[in-house]
Amino acid sequence: MSNVDLSVKIGSLTLRNPIMLASGTVGYGNEMAEFTDLNKLGGIVTKSLSLKPRKGNPPQRIVETPAGMLNAIGLANVGVEVFLKEKIPFLRQFDVPLICNIAASTIDEYVECTRILTTEDTIKAFEINVSCPNVKEGGLSFGNDLNSVARITEKVRAVTDKAIIIKLSPNVSYIAEFAKAVKENGADAVSAINTLVGAAFNIFTRKPKIHNVTGGLSGPAIKPVAIAKVLEISRQVDIPIIGIGGIMDWKDVIEFMIAGSSAVQIGTLNFIDPSAPGKIVNQLEEHCIKNGIEKISSLIASYQL
Amino acid sequence: MLIINSPVEEIIEINRHIYLLKVFSPQLTSIIKPGQFLNIRVTERVYPLLRRPFSVCDVEGNHLYLMFNILGEGTNILAHKPIGSDLDILGPLGNGFNLDGDYETAVIVAGGLGAAPFPYLTRKLKGMKNILSFIGGRTKDDVITYNLKNVKEASDDGSLGFRGNVVQLLNQNLELLKAKKIKMFACGPTVMLRALKEFCLKNDFECEASTECAMACGFGICQGCPIESTTESDRYLLVCKDGPVFNIKDVVI
Repeated sequence: MSNVDLSVKIGSLTLRNPIMLASGTVGYGNEMAEFTDLNKLGGIVTKSLSLKPRKGNPPQRIVETPAGMLNAIGLANVGVEVFLKEKIPFLRQFDVPLICNIAASTIDEYVECTRILTTEDTIKAFEINVSCPNVKEGGLSFGNDLNSVARITEKVRAVTDKAIIIKLSPNVSYIAEFAKAVKENGADAVSAINTLVGAAFNIFTRKPKIHNVTGGLSGPAIKPVAIAKVLEISRQVDIPIIGIGGIMDWKDVIEFMIAGSSAVQIGTLNFIDPSAPGKIVNQLEEHCIKNGIEKISSLIASYQL
Repeated sequence: MLIINSPVEEIIEINRHIYLLKVFSPQLTSIIKPGQFLNIRVTERVYPLLRRPFSVCDVEGNHLYLMFNILGEGTNILAHKPIGSDLDILGPLGNGFNLDGDYETAVIVAGGLGAAPFPYLTRKLKGMKNILSFIGGRTKDDVITYNLKNVKEASDDGSLGFRGNVVQLLNQNLELLKAKKIKMFACGPTVMLRALKEFCLKNDFECEASTECAMACGFGICQGCPIESTTESDRYLLVCKDGPVFNIKDVVI
């Protein structure tokens, strides 16, 4: 055992290390548990939950693009009730902070989901998905509207004492404005970034490669965008940031932390190598030992501009 | 499910543009079933990024075979893997074919590369069931009969065997099929499976079909490979986890 302190703080939440698994890339934990010891991780974020089960989009939902992938799953999920009844018992056996990601079509639905889920002790925090690019219901796209994001944060804050993380959209001009608004309305942290809106066509059929036409771009292709957004928030708003976007190895984690992230989420990499998150925790520790870093938290926003 | 590095032993071109890749993998050969698949990471670089799914083609002792054609960058890299290099394999994935049942003759129906899972199925059924194989393709180069038994061929252009598609060939052999106690095992393009489903429903034949869909992970976490169920309307099934093999009646093709 080394003396390196890998722990980081996200508001009231202390994580044993900065490695979290991103929503929508870990299901409800059971498949990932076959490859990575969940107890070794900093936290796991569930697939987006909505009040009622959602069937999601028809195929094709996924297409690979250069150094990335587009997805339009359409928030397929079992719904809050089934989650509590059937998925929580499995997750309860782990000693890892469980963060529930919540998606909704109306502000009331966000509030109702949070109100129901907050009574479950296993859930330690909420990540509010205001920025899924693939759901059009009601014609609302909350993530791009500053007032909506502020109001969702305020209303959700009113029904839970647990940490609230708002997952921000990169598809806006000034992401820091959103981070500022959610901080002012009681959020404990932000996660940045959700996927970028993208599209791809088959040049022979002239049809979109995914049924939803547009999808969310993820993977290493988006990492520089994510780093820039994290930096923008870090320089302008005093709020913990969970960095997300194309992390493929431990070096990417360090880079995200230097740019201002207190923790990170691993997403697309889980699809390719579900054993990677556990290995990255070990490699971070090795890096700290080799470089005389006693507390990994000292890297946060340590950029030299 | 394992993630395992297995050394490449041989890459053989068995038809024009159709390759067979042999790896040494006792850990996988001891547990994998016909119809299950493997998700292969062809490179450690970020392009191509995702693993590529391949059904297990055959198993011979500790050796495992995959069949593929060169379709893009991923399969191009695979076709040129150096002998002796490690192949990063995640698997076995999916459910596989159910070989049990009250039937005497297994009827294999495949179109093009849909033939891939059947050498292993044929091997497993040897000595247990009779086998009849109906194999189709666009031209003679696309009709893949590698390690199959009692083959009847069909090609769209008539360059090999029956002129027409494989379902038309089945129809021509309807009396023969009806005279036997059969179970069908199928894999091929969507248009083929759609026509086959209609044929099976009309003639009351039992059929298990291996389906296909673009996917990222192959083990259920990405939710990228939905297939519509005929019995449950409020949720999709997943090709990777609930399939890839389904009773043809149970899914919308």
